[in-house]
Amino acid sequence: MKPKHQRLALAGAAVTALIVAVLLAMPAMKAGASFFYAPADLAAANVTPGQAIRLGGLVEEGSVERQPDGITIHFRVTDRLEAIPVRYAGLVPDLFREGQGVIADGSMDPDGTFAADSLLAKHDENYMPPEVADALAKAEAEAKARPVL
Amino acid sequence: MHRYANPKRFLEIAQPITMWTLLGGLVLVAGGLWWGLFRAPPDYLQGESVRIIYIHVPMAWLSMAGYLSCGVAAFAALVWKHPLAEVALVALAPIGAVFSALCLLTGSLWGRPTWGTYWVWDGRLTSVLVLFFLYLGIIALARGYDDPARGAKMASVLALFGLVNLPIIKFSVEWWNTLHQPASITLEGSSIDQAMLWPLLASAAGFSFLMAAATLMRMRALIAARKRSARAARLAQTA
Repeated sequence: MKPKHQRLALAGAAVTALIVAVLLAMPAMKAGASFFYAPADLAAANVTPGQAIRLGGLVEEGSVERQPDGITIHFRVTDRLEAIPVRYAGLVPDLFREGQGVIADGSMDPDGTFAADSLLAKHDENYMPPEVADALAKAEAEAKARPVL
Repeated sequence: MHRYANPKRFLEIAQPITMWTLLGGLVLVAGGLWWGLFRAPPDYLQGESVRIIYIHVPMAWLSMAGYLSCGVAAFAALVWKHPLAEVALVALAPIGAVFSALCLLTGSLWGRPTWGTYWVWDGRLTSVLVLFFLYLGIIALARGYDDPARGAKMASVLALFGLVNLPIIKFSVEWWNTLHQPASITLEGSSIDQAMLWPLLASAAGFSFLMAAATLMRMRALIAARKRSARAARLAQTA
């Protein structure tokens, strides 16, 4: 083998091995490398009350309740499998709304409520002008209103 | 391919291409940004801050494409010892560093009003920061040795191993829970409305041309500098 071919084989093998190793290893690091727990992950994760974690998912439709003190809100975070009640006192991000993604920083209370110290809004991959969003919402509402035969 | 690895032939071709990519890039970037910043609609949730994608997304794509090119150049430099491949790697690294820095900066400015934070250590943000540091590492190694050939070799080794970061950036939003949203534009289509997609593609094409033009300019300057120092060494010997 000429030195040139030796270098080709060596460099090619090194890069291939490295990429394959990463493709195999990284998805397996889900628990370690994830930024937050989804509600369904939380049961399996063995989180003790008071332990600082992040909980992320969608703000469940119709779950946001403003408390009489004017600053506390209660809502549920869902991943469509499980929903976890959350309590938060403070300013919410601009994009915080029902049906949108949210990540809460805080810890579980012993009664199963998540006490959030801060909220981040999570944005999804959809971008559209307001008119398109309105038209979509209207079409959806009409589809719901139509009687099912 | 080996035919074009000759620096002399490269210079003959690079000169006109530099001009055309520079002109095309300036026109497309100006048009794409004007379209995106003034004509395209605001977003239904983010409002006007969505307009940062016309810079952020091209910077993100091109800092990754630039790194892939660095990896290919490093591979060619190590395996075939093409002098031009080394030049391409050294020329591209600072441009890639600037693009990835702009990607991080614009993303951070968008994150504050949208997410409510400038920065979090999630998988996507962290891996792009690593990409920026890899570019800085390539620059530092290429300049860090008295013998430029040795520096270029060390930089090539780092660039090659750093390739592993590209799939991590790409798939971070799928493998792990991240604050950053998943890709909008995939092989199956785009979840960005057409009215925003076209200016984005125009601006991305324009920035690609500008990146190519800047790389060619730096490659030509590096080749000229090498020639000059080779001539100086020759003269010093004969004197």
